[in-house]
Amino acid sequence: MLTLEKINVSYGSIRALHGISLEVKKGEIVALIGANGAGKSTTLRTISGLLKPSNKDSRITFKDVQIQGMLPHKIVEMGLSHVPEGRRVFPEMSVYENLLMGAHTRKGKPGQADFDRVYHHFPRLKERIKQLAGTLSGGEQQMLAMGRALMARPDLLILDEPSMGLAPMLVEEIFHIIEDINVAGTTILLVEQNAHLALEISNRAYVLETGEIVLEGLAQDLATNEDIRKSYLGE
Amino acid sequence: MPILNNLMQQLVNGLALGSIYALIALGYTMVYGIIGMINFAYGEIFMFGAYAGLVLALTNYVNVYVALLGATFITMVLGVVIERVAYRPLRRSSRLSALISAIGVSFFLSSLMVRVKGPNTRGFPTLFENRIFEIGDFQITIYQIVIIGVAGLLMLSLHLFVTYSKMGRAMRACAQDQDAASLMGVNIDRVISVTFAIGSGLAGAAGVLAGIYFNAVQPYMGLLAGLKAFAAAVLGGIGSIPGAMIGGLVIGLTEILGVTVNLSEYKDAFAFAILILVLLFKPAGIMGRKANKKV
Repeated sequence: MLTLEKINVSYGSIRALHGISLEVKKGEIVALIGANGAGKSTTLRTISGLLKPSNKDSRITFKDVQIQGMLPHKIVEMGLSHVPEGRRVFPEMSVYENLLMGAHTRKGKPGQADFDRVYHHFPRLKERIKQLAGTLSGGEQQMLAMGRALMARPDLLILDEPSMGLAPMLVEEIFHIIEDINVAGTTILLVEQNAHLALEISNRAYVLETGEIVLEGLAQDLATNEDIRKSYLGE
Repeated sequence: MPILNNLMQQLVNGLALGSIYALIALGYTMVYGIIGMINFAYGEIFMFGAYAGLVLALTNYVNVYVALLGATFITMVLGVVIERVAYRPLRRSSRLSALISAIGVSFFLSSLMVRVKGPNTRGFPTLFENRIFEIGDFQITIYQIVIIGVAGLLMLSLHLFVTYSKMGRAMRACAQDQDAASLMGVNIDRVISVTFAIGSGLAGAAGVLAGIYFNAVQPYMGLLAGLKAFAAAVLGGIGSIPGAMIGGLVIGLTEILGVTVNLSEYKDAFAFAILILVLLFKPAGIMGRKANKKV
């Protein structure tokens, strides 16, 4: 469904990504793990068109269409939704309006079925529907950011650090919901610092270190890999 | 109670003047809210609107409302073209570049008008007979009613558009978080074009209203009006739409009250005195967001 080939990204003279290649197949949950500053968010921002690769021979395809160089809103229209790091809900809009923004690419008003789907995964959003998003707790904002992305009915959902800053209980809940969303038919690319949980729910994973992919494989293999256990699982 | 009546009278005069400032201030504040730049050319777009209204009014075939609509439309197009040509190529450059470009556009527009229409002040033809209504001891002219009414209607429409339409919601989303808005599938370039169109159209409409009210149109009329409207936008809290409306009215009222208390030679100074005071004591303005929140 999504392939990246030889992606380089630089911020000025600082090279953030170096020759990243990865693939996400339909129906999978793929995790991208690595330490702070390894380039995980940069990779996602490049996929959704917010950043541009600096090399000419790079390639990003989504549903067999070259999306590199397309504007972010065109990529969303193709069915790729990106839940950014730090949630980035619209703080001065209500939960309802945030959800409507999620459906921006769709023609006409979203139907009740779309809202019901979001409420099914995130019942708490229904209770908070009129509240301003800026007044929600961190966990609720994460739910809103994910619910908002679902309103676009994406085929591929990319999630950037959904567990960031959340209490452990809430993190478990969010990860269960990610699995549910996947079972309901959405392919998922997940960036996480919490490697343990990420490997638990994903099919395959890539390990990113200072802008390069150093390891890839089935999630269960990586979870038992000695190096990974030492570096990322804190054992 | 002559003092009270006089006060009421000045209130009406100030409201009419303030409505004009408010309409221009809305353009400043909307564009700032979305791309964080001050489009200093709004004063000249206001002037262009006044001339467009004048030219239309002189054709004899149109009434005041057609002149108003025509001038609004022309300045909307002008605003979109200015953004494309003078600001969009500089979007990723420093803010100073865009600001200098805006000042360049101002000079270009006023010089162009001097060349095309000459430097002299022109009167506005009588589009409808002025009538004076006496309510108690104070008077309100039909011009004032039209100005306050049209400005009120435009601001109400803007409010409804921004609050309830899909494009209005996308505009607010861009103002709050541009990257997040583009991840929702919002076409940022289109939102910016629409914002320039609306802001410029409002300034153009204000130009026609001012032309009728003061019966004077000249190529440099935009400079002072634009700067006062900028002061109004800052007073209200730059980036805030209701703030611009309130700021415009306050500047208009202050100016008229200054004239009332025999300080008319200083009337142009009031807006800037307010601007300085606001920047010193409440830089975020009346309705402004806190400085730590990026607009």
